[in-house]
Amino acid sequence: MPVKTVLLGQGTCCISAGAKQISAALREEIARLDLAGTVQVKHTGCRGFSQIDPVVIIEPEGLLYSEVKVDDAPEIARSLLPQGQPIERLFYRDPVTDRAIPHHRDITFYNNQQRTVLKNCGYIDPEEIDDYLAVGGYQALRKVLSEMTPEQVIDAVKRSGLRGLGGAGFPAGRKWEACRRASRESRVESRESGRETPDSRLQTPDSYVVCNADEGDPGAFQDRSVLEGDPHSVVEGMIIAGYAVGATKGYVYVRAEYPLAVKRLGIAIAEARERGFLGENVLGNGFGFDIEIFQGAGAFVCGESTALTLSLEGARGMPKPLPRPRTTEVGLWGRPTLLNNVKTFANIRWIINKGAEWFASQGTEKSKGTAIFSLTGKITNCGLIEVPMGITLREIIFDIGGGVPGGRTFKAVQTGGPSGGVLPEGLLGTPIDFDSLTAAGSMMGSGGMVVVDEDTCMVDLARYFLDFTQKESCGQCSLCRLGSVQMLEILNAITEGNGRIEDIDLLIELGESVKIGSICGLGQSAPNPVLSTIRYFREEYESHILEKKCPARVCKGLISYIIVSDKCKACMICLRKCPVEAIKGGKNEVHVIDQDNCTRCGVCLSVCPERFGAVEIIPGREVKIHG
Amino acid sequence: MEARQVLSPSKKGKLIPMLQQIQERFGYLPEEEMVKVAQLCGVTESKVFGAASFYAQFRFTPIGRNRVMVCRGTACHVQGAPQIMETIERELSIKEGQTTPDLEYTLESVACIGCCALAPCIMINNKDVHGRLTPQKVTEIFATPKREAQDAS
Ligand SMILES: Cc1cc2nc3c(=O)[nH]c(=O)nc-3n(C[C@H](O)[C@H](O)[C@H](O)COP(=O)(O)O)c2cc1C
Ligand code: FES
Repeated sequence: MPVKTVLLGQGTCCISAGAKQISAALREEIARLDLAGTVQVKHTGCRGFSQIDPVVIIEPEGLLYSEVKVDDAPEIARSLLPQGQPIERLFYRDPVTDRAIPHHRDITFYNNQQRTVLKNCGYIDPEEIDDYLAVGGYQALRKVLSEMTPEQVIDAVKRSGLRGLGGAGFPAGRKWEACRRASRESRVESRESGRETPDSRLQTPDSYVVCNADEGDPGAFQDRSVLEGDPHSVVEGMIIAGYAVGATKGYVYVRAEYPLAVKRLGIAIAEARERGFLGENVLGNGFGFDIEIFQGAGAFVCGESTALTLSLEGARGMPKPLPRPRTTEVGLWGRPTLLNNVKTFANIRWIINKGAEWFASQGTEKSKGTAIFSLTGKITNCGLIEVPMGITLREIIFDIGGGVPGGRTFKAVQTGGPSGGVLPEGLLGTPIDFDSLTAAGSMMGSGGMVVVDEDTCMVDLARYFLDFTQKESCGQCSLCRLGSVQMLEILNAITEGNGRIEDIDLLIELGESVKIGSICGLGQSAPNPVLSTIRYFREEYESHILEKKCPARVCKGLISYIIVSDKCKACMICLRKCPVEAIKGGKNEVHVIDQDNCTRCGVCLSVCPERFGAVEIIPGREVKIHG
Repeated sequence: MEARQVLSPSKKGKLIPMLQQIQERFGYLPEEEMVKVAQLCGVTESKVFGAASFYAQFRFTPIGRNRVMVCRGTACHVQGAPQIMETIERELSIKEGQTTPDLEYTLESVACIGCCALAPCIMINNKDVHGRLTPQKVTEIFATPKREAQDAS
């Protein structure tokens, strides 16, 4: 019997920080010290605190070692010997108090969260179904199949108040109910028309359950983390959904760039099939359900429900024209289809196990349960967090996130990705829920939360998101296709110093038209980042246009690199490295940047030795040579 | 595979997975292969090209031996990803989306690699992540192999 367990996060983020090599080294050392009988090394999904990856956790003590390196493996292995001592130098240090914290339960990043969907991520081995079963996995499915009718399941989901976590926040129970109704009607129809034969049921299911794991927001990774860390919770949720709506087939539409999530999900599906949770006769209950993985091919718009079903059918993923049928009625292959997000499905087992009332007791009146965010950007504690709905932005950013690092000043927080908006300091008291965020000009979205500081240009940020959505527009609606290009051109002109003051109002006008004139959520929300930055940071647009300055020192056309003469040690480094030979000077001769030739590539700033710090960026274009 | 085909309502639904398999094998979609896919799926060639060109994942030209992916996720953007992309473009003398004439490097961008704590970052060959980059660090990454190649010759 192992007495100690070493938990090693193996999510995409952990692996990119070197977790695989650490695992191999650690196993080798443990074997060398003959500890294999008493120490178990377990691979888990990511624990979410990306900032300190790779993380090694020792249970039962609950010790956490942060930012572990391969070279630390021998020492960690030795610490696991009976007389071994904890390794203090690997403890996490609180960035605010600089105190060393030995146990993960005492780390503020974790203990201000409320983990439901992420509860098992980082604790169980996602590739071992027994690990999932040991923490109560598939109990909800057993309960549903043995004790509940489909109607009762739907009723529970409705009473829980769960809203879809893919962005729009549509009540999940109502969607399930609509799909069940459509599914029943279409079955009656096909029986009456004599189309149904005994074995045609699995071939052409009456209806489908589809999990949206397209995760298009370029700043979000929470769906990926759930699939990598606890794939069975999604599988279980989908099977229960299948039973409830009367579907026999499920698809998971996963984003192409998520190979590890695809692999783990594939293992989970195979294991579930082997144990009888999937297949023609789930748990011997006569209910048949199977799941297939479909890898998306890199199109943001395919996250939209009708585009997603077309893409599953092998076509170009373009949203269907209006008036379009509801996916719950006419979805995949023309059949009723239930589409929910990864996190929506992952919540189902908790609603069944702990009860709809328990779920409904959390969160706010209209947004129940928890919200999951990828907290990134200019933030001290970057990572994946789960918090109760209703918590304020301030609590997330400062209590859990530890605020902005490096003594810089907080400027804004962006939520909802390319469809969302920015919220300034004054709105940090806003509670996190679907309706409050929308009212403030942003949105919940699927969970990206990017903090930006004084060094981030809001015009550039708006331009960045619009550049993204404009490229992803499927091109059907002229306002979305052309309007977004127009807006982008205006933003480009502003960031290059060619903006006119009337451009700001023009952007607002164009933005409003694109919102009205588009048939899908992509176009309807694409102007949001622009509109919200104008709403809260209009003065930054004005500086770009009137003063020809980028106050945050980002936009290349409106900044200058200069060498501060009293700091320059004439060391020749930047002079040699400048790719366009724009730096003049010599040995013992203070260096000067020739502003006419400088391309503002930033090389000089990055090569100037930190102890000199002679290269600076200043807002505005320097016409004369700085001395 | 057999069982899966029975489950799938139509061959057409296999179109994108087939293209993905071809790309995995060849690194891109050769024209002859797409013609074959059209025949196998029972759809017109233009349908296959139409679908393939719609999705960002598919490429129509061969890929370099080293695939450089620059993260253009939001976290990386606000930490200076555009400057990183420009530096690599300059170092390799190609633009985003292009391959060097010697087929050594292909330069691409991707949305969030998933290590935002290391922003700005790039990933080479789907495995080596280089994080907290500056133009200077980028120059170092791409200077080494070049120098080695010169030494060897
Ligand atoms: C352009 C666009 C992109 C979308 N991307 C996603 C996505 O990546 N993931 C997701 O779950 N929903 C996405 N949605 C929302 C889906 O259309 C749909 O509302 C959602 O998957 C339903 O699941 P839910 O009710 O559980 O939220 C997107 C919508 C639009 C218009
Ligand atoms: S934004 Fe670059 S890794 Fe996430």
